[in-house]
Amino acid sequence: MSEPVIPARITATPAARRAITALHAARGGPVMFVQSGGCCAGSTPMCFPMGEFILGDVDVLLGDIDGSPFYIDKRLDEAWHQDVFLLDVAEGEPEDFSLAAGDNLHFVTLSPACATPESSDIS
Amino acid sequence: MKYVHPGQAGSIVSVAPRYENFIGGKWLAPTHGKYRADLTPATAKPIAEVAESTPEDVELALDAAHAAKDAWGEATATARAAVLNAIADAIEANQEMLAVAESWENGKPVRETLGADIPLVVDHFRYFAAAARSEEGSCTEIDKDTVAYHFREPLGVVGQIIPFNFPLLMAAWKLAPALAAGNCVVLKPASPTPWSILKLMEVIEDVCPPGVINVVTGPGAEIGKALAANPRIAKIAFTGETVTGRLIMQYAAQNLIPSTTELGGKSPNIFFADVMDHDDEFLDKAIEGLVLYAFNKGEVCTAPSRALIHEDIYDEFMARCLVRIAAIIQGDPLDTETMIGPQVSKQQIDKISSYVDIGRAEGAEVLIGGNRSTMEGEFATGYFYQPTVLKGDNKMRVFQEEIFGPVLAVTTFKDDEEALAIANDTLYGLGAGVWTRDGNRAYKMGRKIKAGRVWTNCYHAYPAGAAFGGYKISGVGRENHAMMLDHYSQTKNLLVSYSTKPLGFF
Repeated sequence: MSEPVIPARITATPAARRAITALHAARGGPVMFVQSGGCCAGSTPMCFPMGEFILGDVDVLLGDIDGSPFYIDKRLDEAWHQDVFLLDVAEGEPEDFSLAAGDNLHFVTLSPACATPESSDIS
Repeated sequence: MKYVHPGQAGSIVSVAPRYENFIGGKWLAPTHGKYRADLTPATAKPIAEVAESTPEDVELALDAAHAAKDAWGEATATARAAVLNAIADAIEANQEMLAVAESWENGKPVRETLGADIPLVVDHFRYFAAAARSEEGSCTEIDKDTVAYHFREPLGVVGQIIPFNFPLLMAAWKLAPALAAGNCVVLKPASPTPWSILKLMEVIEDVCPPGVINVVTGPGAEIGKALAANPRIAKIAFTGETVTGRLIMQYAAQNLIPSTTELGGKSPNIFFADVMDHDDEFLDKAIEGLVLYAFNKGEVCTAPSRALIHEDIYDEFMARCLVRIAAIIQGDPLDTETMIGPQVSKQQIDKISSYVDIGRAEGAEVLIGGNRSTMEGEFATGYFYQPTVLKGDNKMRVFQEEIFGPVLAVTTFKDDEEALAIANDTLYGLGAGVWTRDGNRAYKMGRKIKAGRVWTNCYHAYPAGAAFGGYKISGVGRENHAMMLDHYSQTKNLLVSYSTKPLGFF
């Protein structure tokens, strides 16, 4: 019996994939993403060394980008009712405890409906 | 009036080219000698360089705090209160300078820092000086010869991580109770706003004993964890987003220490039909109460970012609010006429723009604003966003997630029951507002809304002495009240027998 195939709900721009590859190489290991909510840097994905953030039953796996899993709290997921997330990078340092996506870059998640062509061109 | 920008000749704020960490009462260069530019969001130009610290610097700060903790923890309440009052006096004497510095670094209008942020900082230290002095332990007569004494003892050294939206007030909210309870602090400012806290330390360095407050600046991923997960802290306090909030509690669990977290909100501001029964001062206050979503450019955890308006008054009430919103003056944060300045960073303004796009895509109607502001001259490169109102329904994402910008989501309700249902249909529970001329309704609604603070016929007041904190996923713990002494101390019980009789068991 084969495992059911669950379509990934997260995709990434080439810039985000490059950033993940660079982080992996620099840190000698994969990273993980957890979508945040709330104040200050809320609504941005937090990027941590793999295993840094302890997952709970409340966390839903949206998919995996080149070996880096992406999670969201299921309560946030229900409130946002967004089917697909697009991981990208944007200018500026990350806030709170997230790893940077490169020099003066941080990760962002976009709703594909709102993604603009230039959003994936940042390198 | 317009204040001269810090860094220009004639400014009341002196700016050094470079700022070090404040550790053990001294200014110490970061171990690795790295610095980064700290920007003003008004122009996106650098103010000065600040230390880009590493975990070694956190350890140095912890060394200094541990060296100071016994003397500070054993100081009399009188002595500690005297220091808190001296800190308050020093800040008050430099109120205008600090207001300008904070406004320039954060982008909030100087009318707010002069009228709210800095005076509240001063009062907060005085409030906790008073709380420390008026503290009493207890003794309980267990039986006629046995007494349980309860003393409050400091935790020791605590870690505090401060958000960017009220760099000085949020620092004061955390520092004052920690110091009042006899703890020493290692504090990490938010990455976008370290400089104003360092200016604060310049103001109070002579009145604060060395090692009692230590400030280390730098990126959260580097030094945030080094502080929060450090086995040498006895408590961690954090304000920020939910995932790092969970991480903080995870680290606290691993070290078996307490934590307090304040993690944001999506606060409902409810306007009942009777606010329009008369065209009077109260109605004017209620209109301003709605427009307060733009206070501090919406970068407030408790921003009244969801307005719920009774359907019978919606058209007329909203029309009057929109007139008031259209009159908001945006521009130089250091002009006392300015009501809204730039968002704190490019990251924030990009996020706001993306949320407004999401709102449009979901079918929300843009009643006003909806775009970045086009500014002239030196502010053309700043992060200014138009005060915006989106009309829609509470299931939309712009009603569910904190945008942290001057974006109001507005909807209508038909009766009290529906108002309550919409108000509570959120993951968060930090603040709420209720506006009505009917005291019974105000009381009942206030008790039924699941939020830590329900402003009733007012909003965005933050007096010391009114407890502040979240229900639901808005965090754990309270701030801004004498009960914070509990959050920053542990209870010592001496159970004393004054009887000479053996128990008789052995």
